[in-house]
Amino acid sequence: MRPLLSVQGITKRYGAHIGCADVSFDLYPGEVMGIVGESGSGKSTLLNCMAGHLPPDAGQVVFDTRADGPKDTITMSEPERRMLGRTDWAFVHQHARDGLRMGVSAGGNVGERLMAVGERHYGDIRGKATDWLERVEIDAARVDDRPTTFSGGMQQRLQIARNLVTGPRLVFMDEPTGGLDVSVQARLLDLLRGLVRDMGLSAIIVTHDLAVVRLLADRLMVMKSGRVVEAGLTDQVLDDPQHAYSQLLVSSVLQV
Amino acid sequence: MTDYNFAYLDEQTKRMIRRAILKGLAIPGYQVPFASREMPMPYGWGTGGVQVSAAVLTPDDTFKVIDQGADDTTNAVSIRTFFERTAGVETTTATSEASVIQTRHRIPEEPLTEDQILVYQVPIPEPLRFLEPRESETRKMHSLEEYGLMHVKLYEDISRHGHIATSYAYPVKVEGRYVMDPSPIPKFDNPKLGDMPAIQLFGAGREQRIYALPPYTQVVSLDFEDHPFEASKADHACGLCGATDSYLDEVIMDDQGGRMFVCSDTDYCEARRAAGHKGKDAA
Repeated sequence: MRPLLSVQGITKRYGAHIGCADVSFDLYPGEVMGIVGESGSGKSTLLNCMAGHLPPDAGQVVFDTRADGPKDTITMSEPERRMLGRTDWAFVHQHARDGLRMGVSAGGNVGERLMAVGERHYGDIRGKATDWLERVEIDAARVDDRPTTFSGGMQQRLQIARNLVTGPRLVFMDEPTGGLDVSVQARLLDLLRGLVRDMGLSAIIVTHDLAVVRLLADRLMVMKSGRVVEAGLTDQVLDDPQHAYSQLLVSSVLQV
Repeated sequence: MTDYNFAYLDEQTKRMIRRAILKGLAIPGYQVPFASREMPMPYGWGTGGVQVSAAVLTPDDTFKVIDQGADDTTNAVSIRTFFERTAGVETTTATSEASVIQTRHRIPEEPLTEDQILVYQVPIPEPLRFLEPRESETRKMHSLEEYGLMHVKLYEDISRHGHIATSYAYPVKVEGRYVMDPSPIPKFDNPKLGDMPAIQLFGAGREQRIYALPPYTQVVSLDFEDHPFEASKADHACGLCGATDSYLDEVIMDDQGGRMFVCSDTDYCEARRAAGHKGKDAA
C-alpha cells in the first residue's frame, strides 16, 4: 500500500533555535497519527510545516494527490497547495475562533469551502450545511446563527463540520480539545472517533493530552526539543515507554 | 486662464496616472496602485475620480459631472466648477454632448458611445474588504482567483433576507477573471457595465487604486444558480416624465406619507419632458 503522506527530514529553524529537526514518518490511508510532547517541543511547528502554513528549511512532504499521485507539497506551486488546503486537506485549529469566520452564520461557515471549490447552487449548499451541522450534533435550527452565539464546544464542532464538508482525506488537528471542559472533551472525542472511522480519514493530531491520543491515535510520536525521541503503536508507547522523557510524560498523568 | 497647470495636476503626476490607467485597461478589473495626490477637496468627495479626469482631459473635451445621477447637486457643481476654472474646458449637462463624464454612483440612462469616457468615483475599491480585512490576503486571493468568499457574502444575504439584498456596489466578474467592485452604483446599472462602447475608468483617491474596463468588456454579476441576479428598481413610473425604464429616486413630499418617484438621471428626465412626455405628478 502507498502512504497517503510521506514526511522526510523536515527541519525548521528559528535562527539558531531549532523548531523541529529531521522528522520523518509515513502515514497510511485511514491511519491516525498522534504527536505528543511538552510545550515548545516543536509539535505545532511540525504540523504547520506539513500543512503548508510554514515553509520548512529542509525536507519533503509528499502527498498522494488524487490527480497526479505522490507529489511534494513543499515544492508544488502555491495555487496547487492552497487548492489542496480546501479540498483534500483540513486543518482544525486549537481555538475555534482562528478557524471560523465569526461574523458569518454557521451555514455560511460550513458552505464556504463548498463555494470555494465552485458550488453555485444556494439550495444545495444550504442542504449540505444543515446535514453537516446535524452530523456534528448542532441543532439544524441554528444554521443562521453566528458562531459568536455558540458555546466553546459547539464552536469547535462547527469548525470540524466546516473542515469536513468537502470530504477531505487528511485532517491536521492542533489540540482539538484544548480549552474545553472534560465532559465536552469526551463528547468531542467520541464524535471525532466516529467521523474518522466512518469517513476513513487519515489524521495527524498534535496534543499534550495523552488521553486524546489513547482514544484516537493508532500510532504515536513523542517529541522533545524539536526531535522525535520515540515512535510506535500508541498502546506500546503509552504502556511500555522506552525513552526517559516518554516515561516521564506517561508517569506525569494524574490518576483520578 | 489661471496660474494652475492645465487641469490642476502637474504633467509628471498626470503621466503617472495615465500609466496606471493604461495598465488598468490592459488588465480589466485589476486594481492598479498609484501615488494618489492630495486634492483640494476632502476624501470621499471624489478625489480619485478628479485625478483620473484630470489625467484624461484635453482642452478640446466637453466635461459633465453627475452625482447620484444629478447635475445640480453640491458635489457635481463643485467638481464641474473646479475643472472650468483649472482646465477651462467646456462643460455640459447633456450626456450625449459630453466626451468625459465623471460620475458618482450612477451610469447615465442614455447609452454611451465609443467617443466617451466614463470616470467613476470609488470609495472602497476592494470587493472582498468587509470579508477579509488583510490587504496582503485579498491581493493573494485576487492573484490566485480564490473568490469563494464573495459568494459567502451573497449566501449570507439570502439566508438572512430570503433574497440577495445587496442592492448597490454589487460585485461583478470581469472577463471571467477579476472580481471587481463597480463602485456604489445601484445594481440596476450593473447590466450596463458589460459590453459598453465607452471606456470606463475607476479612481479611488484615499485607497490609491485605479482600475478600468476597456470598451466591450464582458462583465457578469455574481449570483447563485437558484437565486439569479436581478437588476431591480422601484416599481413605479417617473412622476415628472413618466419614464418606466429609468432608475428612480424616492422623494418624501410632506409628513402625511406623500411621496413621489422621479428619475435619478436629471438630464434624461429633462430631455424627456422637453420632448413632451409628462408624468402624473408633473405640474
